[in-house]
Amino acid sequence: MRILVIEDDAAVAAYILKALSEAGHVGTHADNGRDGLVSATTDEFDALVVDRMLPGPDGLTIIRTLRASDNHTPALILSALGDVDDRVKGLKAGGDDYLVKPFAAAELLARLEALTRRAGGPAAAQTTLSAGGLEMDLLARTVRRDGRTIELQPREFRLLEFLLRNAGSVVTRTMLLENVWDYHFDPQTNVIDVHISRLRQKIDRDFDTPLIHTVRGAGYVLREAPESGGGDAPS
Amino acid sequence: MRLLNSATFRLALLYVALFGGSAAVLLGFIWWATAGVLSQQVDETVLADIKGLAEQYERRGTAGVAAIIAERVRRDPGGRTVYLLTDPLRRPLVGNLSNWPTVEPDEDGWINFELVDRDAVDGRPHLARARPFVLQGGLNLLVGREVRELEQTRLMILNAMLWGIGITAALALAGGIAMSRGTARRIEAINQTSREIMSGDLSRRIPTRGSDDEFDQLATNLNGMLERIEALMDGLRHVSDNIAHDLRTPLTRLRSRLEDIGTATAAGGDRAAIDAALAEADGLLAVFNALLRITRIEAGGRRENFSAVALADVARDVAELYEPVAEENGLALSVDVGAGGEIPGDRDLIFQAIANLVDNALKYTPAGGRVSIAATGRNVIVADSGPGIPAESRDVVFDRFHRLESSRNRPGSGLGLSLVRAVARFHGGDVTLEDNHPGLRATLRLG
Repeated sequence: MRILVIEDDAAVAAYILKALSEAGHVGTHADNGRDGLVSATTDEFDALVVDRMLPGPDGLTIIRTLRASDNHTPALILSALGDVDDRVKGLKAGGDDYLVKPFAAAELLARLEALTRRAGGPAAAQTTLSAGGLEMDLLARTVRRDGRTIELQPREFRLLEFLLRNAGSVVTRTMLLENVWDYHFDPQTNVIDVHISRLRQKIDRDFDTPLIHTVRGAGYVLREAPESGGGDAPS
Repeated sequence: MRLLNSATFRLALLYVALFGGSAAVLLGFIWWATAGVLSQQVDETVLADIKGLAEQYERRGTAGVAAIIAERVRRDPGGRTVYLLTDPLRRPLVGNLSNWPTVEPDEDGWINFELVDRDAVDGRPHLARARPFVLQGGLNLLVGREVRELEQTRLMILNAMLWGIGITAALALAGGIAMSRGTARRIEAINQTSREIMSGDLSRRIPTRGSDDEFDQLATNLNGMLERIEALMDGLRHVSDNIAHDLRTPLTRLRSRLEDIGTATAAGGDRAAIDAALAEADGLLAVFNALLRITRIEAGGRRENFSAVALADVARDVAELYEPVAEENGLALSVDVGAGGEIPGDRDLIFQAIANLVDNALKYTPAGGRVSIAATGRNVIVADSGPGIPAESRDVVFDRFHRLESSRNRPGSGLGLSLVRAVARFHGGDVTLEDNHPGLRATLRLG
């Protein structure tokens, strides 16, 4: 993917660019709002990473300007302001996702992947999702693995659906809370892990190859076979 | 009702009373000075006349007085004077009155009567004011003046005065209402602005007219005060934003460096220490974020994200999220919510507050216990069968970073309950802790 990073803090920018290149993406950097806006309008990108506070036009103005000129490149806003209404303002300006600094590289990559996937695929038209012998029928609300029906609670179904829609990509705990539970909140304990472990019991326990993998320091990924033995962040 | 309660309306009534009162005193004086003086003049003339006739009687006897009276009557064909001289039995001797009036004199010795034997000029009877006098020989003398014109003048003055009082009262009332309206409007402008400020818009200012009167001075002072408060709030926000920037950035760098080291040494296989350091940094950041969040919520004022929240649904969602955790800890988690109505609030914050209470209950209740969530009206009650909190500590547990001695070795930042209280107060409510016999019973009141 080609990703434009508009970020004035050199250290943070370097960190993002390095993470992007390690994940196989091509990052372009602009260190102020004006250059960023020029790049975003003249070049084609798969996604934008925009810092909220920038010299020159700020992040929200850039996104608003792009949206006004019919440019709908998915944009992820980075900000040190983490209030709910800051987030709402960011999303209202036309941002597609909002990430509060500091963040883990894995979280940023996971969100970028989810963003571009959402922008590219006609997800709404799909009626079935599948990965590695696991099939989910979105209309009948049934799940089968290797032909065996698996009974899931409604919430487990939504959790698995989200993992399947992002199959192969890492999803973080925060992403799960926001998308499966629809709450922006800060769990004090590993409450998501308990839900994942329950889901694993049903999906993976009776089968040889596990589908749900833990990615240390990042979150979870649903894929057929682990690409590397350690379960590290995807590279 | 509202009008009667208004201080300015009462002020207007007082104004009417004072204005009307002083006008009445003034008119009373005018009455006394005009009508009163006029009748006094008539009385003095009559008295002087009697005195003159009495002297003539002493000097010239009955015939002399009778001649004078006859002469005076002859010179007054219009009948503006009243003269009558009678014998001791009040039989008329001379004068322009056919009979002695039947009216008895008043206590001052004056007789006010109708002149029946004179022509009524315009349909109204002639009125006269006369004074009887007994001459030394036993003769009765009656001297008076026709007072119809005087009465008419008095009537005119009285009429004018009544109108004057009416107009004065009307003017005073109109002025009072106008004054009260004007004052009420300016006070209402101040109230309106105050309400807007209380509902969160600190940038509002009370309008001034530039007339530099008391209201303008009050508005200017209040605005100055607001300016100061806003500056302080901005300062506070600035400080927290600075913390966000100045501390988060180095933490971000620390984290990215640790991650770099982690990747570099991954080949060597020794990542445990680095992962632990990363986890530590993450924990630090979580505490830090929670602290900032509490400060922001407590600073309050911003209710842009308020919407209708179905409390019962949120409580159910919390229960659903934590149910597996309860099961894992060997606890029974029950939820009892009715259909429930909707309350205005911030859905995410309410979820967070209930989740913190449930999280605490699950953390401190030993296996085999139970935790219950109930929602009624604007209240959410989270009760457990754990060790509870001693009564004397139930206040301090809400302080930031406060942790009970018994829970020092448990995970947690000591900010959970602080956040719950901040959220409750942000919604105009509060949170209270009680004994659940055994255990703890936390009531979250949202407005």
